[in-house]
Amino acid sequence: MSEASDNQSASGEEALAPETLQAAVTAAEQAFAAAADLDELASVKPAHLGDQAPVPQARRAIGSLPKEAKAEAGKRVNEARQAVQTAYDERLAVLKVERDEKVLAEEAVDVTLPWDRVPRGARHPVTTIAERIADVFVGMGYEVAEGPELEAEWFNFDALNFGKDHPARQLADTFHAGDEDSNLVLRTHTSPVQARTLLHRDLPVYIVCPGRTFRTDELDATHTPVFHQVEGLAVDKGLTMANLRGTLDAFAKAIFGEESGTRFRPHFFPFTEPSAEVDVWFPEKKGGAGWVEWGGCGMVNPNVLRACGVDPEIYSGFAFGMGLERTLMFRNGIPDMRDMVEGDVRFTAPFGTEA
Amino acid sequence: MRVPVSWLTEHLELDDEVTPDTLVEAFVNLGVEVESVERVGDVTGPLVVGRVAEIEELTEFKKPIRYCRVEIGETDSDEAEAASSDETGAAEAEDGEASGAEVGGGLPKPRTNGIVCGATNFAEGDLVVVALPGATLPGDFTIGERKTYGRVSQGMICSAKELGIGEDHSGILVLPPGTASPGDDAREILDLDDTVLELTPTPDRGYTLSVRGLARELSCALNVPFGDPAKLDVPEPEGEAWPVRVEDPQGCPRFVLRRVTGLDAGAPTPWWIRRRLLLAGMRPISLAVDVTNYVMLELGHPLHAFDTGAIKGDIVVRRAEEGEKLTTLDDAERALDPDDVVIADDTGVISLAGTMGGATTEIGTDSTDVLLEAAHWDPASISRTARRHRLFSEAAKRFERFTDPQLCEAAVERAAKLLRQHGDGSIQPGRTVVGEVGSAPAVTMPINLPDRVAGVRYERGVTVGRLTQIGCKVAVDTADDGTTLVHAVPPSWRSDLTQPADLVEEVLRLEGYDSIPSELPPAPAGRGLTEAQRRERAVSRALAEAGYVEVLPFPFVSASVWDELALPADDARRRTVEVRNPLESDKNRLTTTLLPGLLDTVQRNISRGTRDVSLFHIGQVVLGGDDRAAAPDPGVDGRPEPDQLAALEAAVPEQPRHVAVVLAGQRLRDGWWGTGEPAGWADAIQAARLVAAAAKTELQVEAADTLPWHPGRCARLIADGETVGHAGELHPKVLEALELPKRTVAMELNLDGLPLREVRPAPSISAFPPVLLDVALVVDADVPSASVATALRDGGGELLEDVALFDLYTGEQVGEGKRSLAYKLRFRATDRTLTAEEATEARDAAVAVVTERFGATLRG
Repeated sequence: MSEASDNQSASGEEALAPETLQAAVTAAEQAFAAAADLDELASVKPAHLGDQAPVPQARRAIGSLPKEAKAEAGKRVNEARQAVQTAYDERLAVLKVERDEKVLAEEAVDVTLPWDRVPRGARHPVTTIAERIADVFVGMGYEVAEGPELEAEWFNFDALNFGKDHPARQLADTFHAGDEDSNLVLRTHTSPVQARTLLHRDLPVYIVCPGRTFRTDELDATHTPVFHQVEGLAVDKGLTMANLRGTLDAFAKAIFGEESGTRFRPHFFPFTEPSAEVDVWFPEKKGGAGWVEWGGCGMVNPNVLRACGVDPEIYSGFAFGMGLERTLMFRNGIPDMRDMVEGDVRFTAPFGTEA
Repeated sequence: MRVPVSWLTEHLELDDEVTPDTLVEAFVNLGVEVESVERVGDVTGPLVVGRVAEIEELTEFKKPIRYCRVEIGETDSDEAEAASSDETGAAEAEDGEASGAEVGGGLPKPRTNGIVCGATNFAEGDLVVVALPGATLPGDFTIGERKTYGRVSQGMICSAKELGIGEDHSGILVLPPGTASPGDDAREILDLDDTVLELTPTPDRGYTLSVRGLARELSCALNVPFGDPAKLDVPEPEGEAWPVRVEDPQGCPRFVLRRVTGLDAGAPTPWWIRRRLLLAGMRPISLAVDVTNYVMLELGHPLHAFDTGAIKGDIVVRRAEEGEKLTTLDDAERALDPDDVVIADDTGVISLAGTMGGATTEIGTDSTDVLLEAAHWDPASISRTARRHRLFSEAAKRFERFTDPQLCEAAVERAAKLLRQHGDGSIQPGRTVVGEVGSAPAVTMPINLPDRVAGVRYERGVTVGRLTQIGCKVAVDTADDGTTLVHAVPPSWRSDLTQPADLVEEVLRLEGYDSIPSELPPAPAGRGLTEAQRRERAVSRALAEAGYVEVLPFPFVSASVWDELALPADDARRRTVEVRNPLESDKNRLTTTLLPGLLDTVQRNISRGTRDVSLFHIGQVVLGGDDRAAAPDPGVDGRPEPDQLAALEAAVPEQPRHVAVVLAGQRLRDGWWGTGEPAGWADAIQAARLVAAAAKTELQVEAADTLPWHPGRCARLIADGETVGHAGELHPKVLEALELPKRTVAMELNLDGLPLREVRPAPSISAFPPVLLDVALVVDADVPSASVATALRDGGGELLEDVALFDLYTGEQVGEGKRSLAYKLRFRATDRTLTAEEATEARDAAVAVVTERFGATLRG
């Protein structure tokens, strides 16, 4: 018994010997350091931190020590235990970082792979340029007005000072619809909206009318029987041609940049007098900045005001109009009118929602 | 019109030479469009006048070829020395006619060149223009001595076109006898150097279709004096030139005749006239015809020359009678319309007034007695006749734009004098003048109106000065209220000056639009876009972002498209408005639905290799509907009366704005991620829901059987109880007829039919936790899921926050004719944490309603 007890005591002493503890710590440190990954670390952990590991065993041996030796041995064991635990924790932290990095590295993908399972759609550039232009004028205090595409001849021609025999009314230029005596035409410009507006709104009127228009031109690279226009009309007291010019200059700058501006050339339109053709300074013009024919404008003919019940002695007005397809052709470099007409998605899709 | 610069400047008192560029700039600023600027006379090297001495017809070729000996001058010693080595040397080698020794003797002898020519419109003795070897003609065409048709050709006998004078290539240019001598520098004789401007004046300014009018415009722009070519001595007549009755003074306010007799029918037209006609793009024909054309170009007044001998009896101006015919100068027999104004004699109609003369009274090569006619025709009437007969002659072009009614006498006088001078004719003392046209009424305006319209303070005197410059008779006075007024009587050649605005334009235009400053008007307070405009934008953007591509097809369809869409005979969509003058004769209807255009576009994309297509279109359609009353004509003198305006607006068919989509092929594309998914009926219905959501509203959906949709896969779209459209898969029969891919789907709804919601009410969000419960309900298979969901909502009450269908099952477990619908129900209270018991109670209440309505059982 005593032998055994001695033995026990002897082995306890041995186990608590500083060298033994130091050896246990060193062994643990080496084992942990040698663990290549978290699994290996976990597999070597019990041998050094488990119940049967040298240091916990040494702790249990303390009880058999003489009272006076307990404190110091306890301190030694604690230090050893701390050292082993620290070695373990440090290695664990290192291996966790390594593992995380490895997982992330393994999870790497080819970020260049396409993912267009539902490709984005697009709005027609004619629609987006019309909106953009409308927005410019809304910003200037205008309102957007609309009207029917199949229109009474009176709104499309008579009210706009086209004489009864004006050639533009002929079948050769204008689509006529309905019975012979129905007096309906597919509007040849968005100007009938101006007449309708003047008849229904209170003055002053500042409106912009984008819309689809029709003329009997065969479809080719530069013509289409169905096209779009944007027109503007301002009727107020004291409006001048200088105001018209200021408005179109602001319009040109908004669409073509600060450098842009307009030039007027005298022209003839039944609905305006004086009338002008407008050229716009286009900085991006092919072959160098220059003037491009853009549209028509002028001071509203008093006959138009009269037909719409506005007194030309009190009010004056200006009006202007541009073709949207034509504007897009030079602004966006569209080579062929048919591209805008045919509806090939390869043409429209790249414009997205903003041309 | 095409006009040589030299002709324009002839009538301007210019201190300095002006360059064509100056004139071009002036025209642009005047509002006369310059289509082209062509330098003519771009000829270098030896170009001489030649006399055809001898013609040898070469007959062995397929076409007539002439070998000509052409005198090109006389030799003198200097020339002989200079030329001996090349040109004459070659001539000697050819036939040895000219001898160097003889030339050396100092006696002038004709020098001749042998030239091969393909034209036959000349005779021995004629003066022609010869480009000698070394000359370069327009188009960088250099003449060399060359062997052709078995002869050596030492130069070229030129046509007008080859010299760059006009387009006439009908034969070579033959100069009138005595014009020049062989060897003269042809460049000088022909007055070759010039610039031709091609100008397009605006249609309101008929007077600018003449040298007279254009030069007057230039005189205003350049501020130089103008010499009016119409100011000539018109003698007092003695009697009539020919008896004339004008039965239609409205169509012919004025008719003037002058007679020239004893004309030398063969007299050639002088070169200076021919040259100007050629440069203007006209073909010289004979003296009488050339002179009338010349006067038309110069003064702007078209003339007609009748062969007096062919006229039988009095001349009558009247409207054509039903059934009358006329063979015009272009040899076309024309059936006349009772609206056509004509000139007739005892034999019937002899001229289509103002448009084209008749063949029977045409001036021929033997006409020695001509009647020159200058009339003032009603522009609208001429315009209708020209269009009716598709006869857009130079005369009609001018008459329909208005000619100067006071110019008739001067125009015939000018022509008569030219015929006397160059054709040896004698002008008869008589002149017929029927009808007078008074001067236009004065237009009165405040003198500062141009300043007020332009927004410019012009210098004193500008308004009166400019109006005087364009030919107005101007008077100034002061009104009772102290306003200074200008009264301007427009000149006889201006029918376009009828109101103050017209005078204002003249002042602004001549002062230059460039002098008008750029001043933005003070901004009014706008209200922004309307709700409907914002909605359309939102819908368009939502569809684009959801993968749809916008297209803008034409609204024209053929009547047969309704059969292809299998629409019933009484379907409202078949009631279309017809286009009377369609570009494609079968596409003569305005569509009532956006589908035909979209389906066409799908087809085009597929044929070009794009198989997966999602398209949308937002646009107006035209509803034929009931027969409408014709639009009235309220006139333009003032605002239409309310009933007239209402009638006018009611005459225009309804044109609601629709939105439609079509999908073919895959909606979810194949890719490296796996296979995609074809577009299906549900995509079309979802597009409708998307549109409604973008429009701040929602749609009810119920099963429908409406063509062109599949009877079992068609949804009626309902907003506020009204059907606004349909969506789903298209009928297989329709797809087959249109050759579209199977299972193509479509949606169309009336955007204007959706209720407009300005403000969306805010939802109330509860922060208390939800209770989630699932239920699976077995109902008859034909009970719509939407109805079950509605029943659940109705029964679940306020606590039921959300209903989500997560599974559909049909099969043995639920039995024949049944299906199971599994829902996730989310319950939540706004003011407390809901207990499980409360939630269960609410669920049971929800299920109870489904059971009550559809006999549903809970699936175990």
